[in-house]
Amino acid sequence: MTITLNSPPAEDVQLNNDEIIRYSRHLIMPEVTLTGQRKLKDARVLCVGTGGLGSPVALYLAAAGVGTIGMVDYDIVEANNLQRQIIHGTSTIGQLKVESAKNRLLDINPHINITVHNNLFTSQNALELAEPYDLIVDGTDNFPTRYLVNDVCVLQNKPNVYGSIFRFEGQVSVFWAEHGPCYRCLFPEPPPPGLVPSCAEGGVLGILPGTIGTMQATEAIKLIVGIGEPLIGKLLLYDALAMSVDTVRLKKSPDCVICSSQPTITELIDYEQFCGMPLHDQTDEEGAGEEWDITVSQLKDKFDAGDKIRLIDVREDFEWDIVNLPQAELIPMGDLPGRLSEFDTTDEHVIMCRTGGRSAQMLQLLVSAGITKVKNLKGGIRAWATEIDTQLPIY
Amino acid sequence: MANIRIPTPLRTFTNGDTDITVKGNTVGEALLDLTSQYVELKQHLYNEDGKLRAFVNIFLDGDDVRHLNGENTAINAESSLRIVPSVAGGFI
Repeated sequence: MTITLNSPPAEDVQLNNDEIIRYSRHLIMPEVTLTGQRKLKDARVLCVGTGGLGSPVALYLAAAGVGTIGMVDYDIVEANNLQRQIIHGTSTIGQLKVESAKNRLLDINPHINITVHNNLFTSQNALELAEPYDLIVDGTDNFPTRYLVNDVCVLQNKPNVYGSIFRFEGQVSVFWAEHGPCYRCLFPEPPPPGLVPSCAEGGVLGILPGTIGTMQATEAIKLIVGIGEPLIGKLLLYDALAMSVDTVRLKKSPDCVICSSQPTITELIDYEQFCGMPLHDQTDEEGAGEEWDITVSQLKDKFDAGDKIRLIDVREDFEWDIVNLPQAELIPMGDLPGRLSEFDTTDEHVIMCRTGGRSAQMLQLLVSAGITKVKNLKGGIRAWATEIDTQLPIY
Repeated sequence: MANIRIPTPLRTFTNGDTDITVKGNTVGEALLDLTSQYVELKQHLYNEDGKLRAFVNIFLDGDDVRHLNGENTAINAESSLRIVPSVAGGFI
């Protein structure tokens, strides 16, 4: 199956002598030739996210000569991005990610157009943002945006070059409803909030998005040039630890709510409501709700006043080794359910983790076990290191 | 005895084991055996009503069992099952 995205290229899309030198390794391949390179120049690709996946995708698409690359991101470059987000650099910390990415891409290839969208990709702007593009690359970090990207692609009949990662494992596919299944055919429903950890919580091997993003860029280029077998109807599963690559077969779901013959979704919906989580994976400060949260300054006041509080840190022991508070005791969240008998219901407890998300989950567990004198440290040890003790490292 | 490949997000609940040997003549029986070996996995694979969660995909020798006979799909000793969960990461 060979599916050409936009063939042939427009007549007026030609290469000048500088571009012919630049792309000469492409031009001498019979699968690409001058025509394929002109298709790349004529192509318009939207990268949603300029992070771990978006970095290699955009870098390689730019180097390959994709004529118009759109970048959507709302974030700024931070030091903890640089372990994997190779489009950015130490010199661009603090800059808007889309501006940092744009400058890097134009340094690689000044013959292309970069359009930046310094926004969250939302139901309100997604259709308009995506409209001028031929293909969308999903490099997002959260379920609501993945469903949003999928639905935009189905509604606008565009291929969705999908990549997703967690720790050492990645998935790649091309969802294109006109030719095969969409993301919803494979994943009709998102997992409930909190059940699947994000990369910010669970970590990711820095090179993994490099591998997966490069595969996404490969699929995008194949689709644009119209060569090879695209990953339509297939899901590639990569395991970096085993160094294994497997492919499973996907089918269009006859009951798919958006791409079947009788769809019940015909316009964009509220994806935050659908997934029960926000359209971003910002975990700098999470809480359990006003009633259950305690801020770091409130906790410090209590310690300063000599209040008797049992502070439980539910992070993993290897996180504890990075930084911990002397008042805290470590009970990793995996151990907590088996140690509930160690809690005295008359004691005051505060539960903490890195940013407040995991501790909020554990607070619910404690409350349901009858341990109700308990608060969640909003923002976790990151907030403590930011607001109370700035000598502590932040990770 | 069939084999089930466990994806990274669920390895926390299998003591890090990646490939589990399971008994059973159907996909459902194999999963039942898996969750009896690793009890904590159960809440991640099944909902409160005992049904397989919609975001958990089970593939038998490369095919989605939803397009075969679901949990009643027959397996044999050579069968290779894998659990494919939805993961969202990539951007951050």
